[in-house]
Amino acid sequence: MKAILSILWKEFVQLRRDPKLLPVIFISPILQLLLLGYAANLDVKNIPSVICDMDRSAASREFLDDFVNSGYFSVEARVERMDEVDRYLDHGDAAMAFVIPRGFGDKIAARQEASVMIIADGSESQSATIGVNYATMIAAKYAQKIIFEAFERAKGLGLKPVLVNTEVRVWYNPELKSRNFMVPGVLGLILMIMTTSLASLGIVRERETGTMEQLIVTPIRPYQLIVGKLLPFVLIGLVDATFVITVARGWFGIPVRGSVALLFALCLAFMLNTLGTGLFISTISRTQQQAMLTSLFFILPQLLLSGFVFPIENMPKVFQLLTTIIPIRYFFVIIRGIMLKGAGWAELWPQAAALLVLGTIILALSVARFHKKLD
Amino acid sequence: MKTPLFAFVGPVMLKEFRQIRRDSRSLVFMIFLPAFLLLMFGFALNFDVKHIPLAVVDQDGSRISRELAKKFGTTEYFDVKAELDRSGDIDGLMAREKIKAALVIPETFSEDLLAGRSPSVQFLIDGANAMSGTTAAGYAAAILQSYSQKVTLEAMERRGLGGLTLPLETEVRVWYNPELKSARFLLPGLMAFILMVILTTSTAFSIVREKERGTMEQINVSALRPAALIIGKMIPYVLISLAAAHLVLGLGWVLFGVAVKGSYILLLLTMILFLISGLGQGILISAITRTQQVAFLISVLTTILPTFILSGFVFPVRNMPAVIQAVTYLVPAKYFLVALRAIILKGVGLGAFWEQILFLAGFAVLTLALSVVMLRSGGEGGRRRARRAR
Repeated sequence: MKAILSILWKEFVQLRRDPKLLPVIFISPILQLLLLGYAANLDVKNIPSVICDMDRSAASREFLDDFVNSGYFSVEARVERMDEVDRYLDHGDAAMAFVIPRGFGDKIAARQEASVMIIADGSESQSATIGVNYATMIAAKYAQKIIFEAFERAKGLGLKPVLVNTEVRVWYNPELKSRNFMVPGVLGLILMIMTTSLASLGIVRERETGTMEQLIVTPIRPYQLIVGKLLPFVLIGLVDATFVITVARGWFGIPVRGSVALLFALCLAFMLNTLGTGLFISTISRTQQQAMLTSLFFILPQLLLSGFVFPIENMPKVFQLLTTIIPIRYFFVIIRGIMLKGAGWAELWPQAAALLVLGTIILALSVARFHKKLD
Repeated sequence: MKTPLFAFVGPVMLKEFRQIRRDSRSLVFMIFLPAFLLLMFGFALNFDVKHIPLAVVDQDGSRISRELAKKFGTTEYFDVKAELDRSGDIDGLMAREKIKAALVIPETFSEDLLAGRSPSVQFLIDGANAMSGTTAAGYAAAILQSYSQKVTLEAMERRGLGGLTLPLETEVRVWYNPELKSARFLLPGLMAFILMVILTTSTAFSIVREKERGTMEQINVSALRPAALIIGKMIPYVLISLAAAHLVLGLGWVLFGVAVKGSYILLLLTMILFLISGLGQGILISAITRTQQVAFLISVLTTILPTFILSGFVFPVRNMPAVIQAVTYLVPAKYFLVALRAIILKGVGLGAFWEQILFLAGFAVLTLALSVVMLRSGGEGGRRRARRAR
């Protein structure tokens, strides 16, 4: 125990060598949270749009008013010719265009099929898809209105339009705020980035500068060395977790509906994985530069395949299978479960078990490699 | 007496090249990691919200209610994962993320419908992920709307009011990316993201490593000027990352069919400016830190999430609050992304994105100038320390 404590002390002394380390460790999570909390906003509103009304009839104006008043689109310009639409989209000054061809009003009046054109800038990530969805929905509503008017006229026949009413209920996040999803995610990301990279570089530095040899010739046992070296990072992780949860709750008002104790306990289970990965990277790297690039090789795929932004159920089967060995995937379910859904052990034990199993495997593997390196 | 500004650029460059070559794994990573990541994510990721796992609670159990439930199952948007008897079972499944949405058809559904009363259904959504939640709600509303329309038109036909066509045809055209292929959306963003992370981290160690090993003191007491040191250290990385960027472009073209529509020369210019910006950010980090650990942390923290979130890759910049929009000006990937989309997908000329190029050039110059300043002040201190030691 004393040996572990002395290693621990040495690590803390070393962590203070670069005076910028502590601010980075403790302030950056908060900065990242604030940025994400305010920037992560997919509520697509006020999509800049151009209107090209070649018909200029009462009907076309009425139709376009539905779009303008919906709040989803903001009209940047009204143009007369198609080639003017081109310019707005090419320059990125507008992301959508609504084109009403000549004869629209006449066709509606004659109860023939009229047509309109909706153009979306497909180079601009999701807002195009979402914008198109809104636009077709508004157009469909307009169509429905016309059908219902036909019904009104046929009232003499005793007809009534039938509508399937939908009562939509959104659970866990009734206002559908992106923030409520992204901000808890930062907890997972920060823990992963901080602990994996700090651990891998910290151990490799020891080897790079040759002090590892000095440690080996002391009577310290390898397991004491590992525990002493990794423990500071566990503490850093816990402090960061506290910061993130406090800011998420206090500043952004994101609820923690489940048990905070369980959340912290599972943070520890998650850190088994991240520190295990860090230790593993350190056993396969000679220099800190190598350790850094190898860390990226582990961190980036985990980030993108975690379901943080890109839903896992849309990935090809092979990749879905691959995500089953990605610890942060389970951790995200846990964070969301505890914070937003008020889930407890009964719901989350499979994820917790996955974290423990994966963590034990990677940690055992890297401890074994670490031993071999020492011998 | 001062040495000429650019003396020794050549020797510094050679030394850096030699150092990079000695560590072959890092070199391989710098060149191939971006291509590998693009390969992986180009196939794996997309923004589409499809195959949302759905539970159906059909309390009616009639032919009509089954037909409605089937309407959901046959679209590509929903996959019926469970058919439940009680709506109380939804809770557990949703908390475990086995399902993300549930359709509840009440007992009286078909009865109401046949009697010409408007029936109701309930649609429950897991809103934790706002993006897929919103989209799922949209899909469900669209499916139910078209179902209502169908029922209404059928009723009219039964009363001899047939031949009524749908009054409106909406033609949707998506420009620059007609099939709304995710790979095309994603590729420019992924390129900017992956390159930015790799660029910044590859130079993040260039100076701090010398500090940690103590070789910086030697450089400080030599006649080498900071500007020459930085330029010399940077040139090898510009060349390496230019190769990496071309590999990424080539891969995008061969595997994902994203050809460069616009001018290659313009693309090259934008790319070089972006590479210098990313590398410059790395060098600046290297100049202000004292240990490689901290340099790595800062470079990862200033690239991964900021590039992901503030570049417009995932979240539209125009939706952000003004303060955050101001912060996005410090994210070079934002300029690169706009220019890349313009050149690769839209094929438009300089007129559409010259501001981006100016900003990129500004960012590159700024980071390098700041690094020189930081290094000079740090260097003076170093020189003083070295003198004192003597």
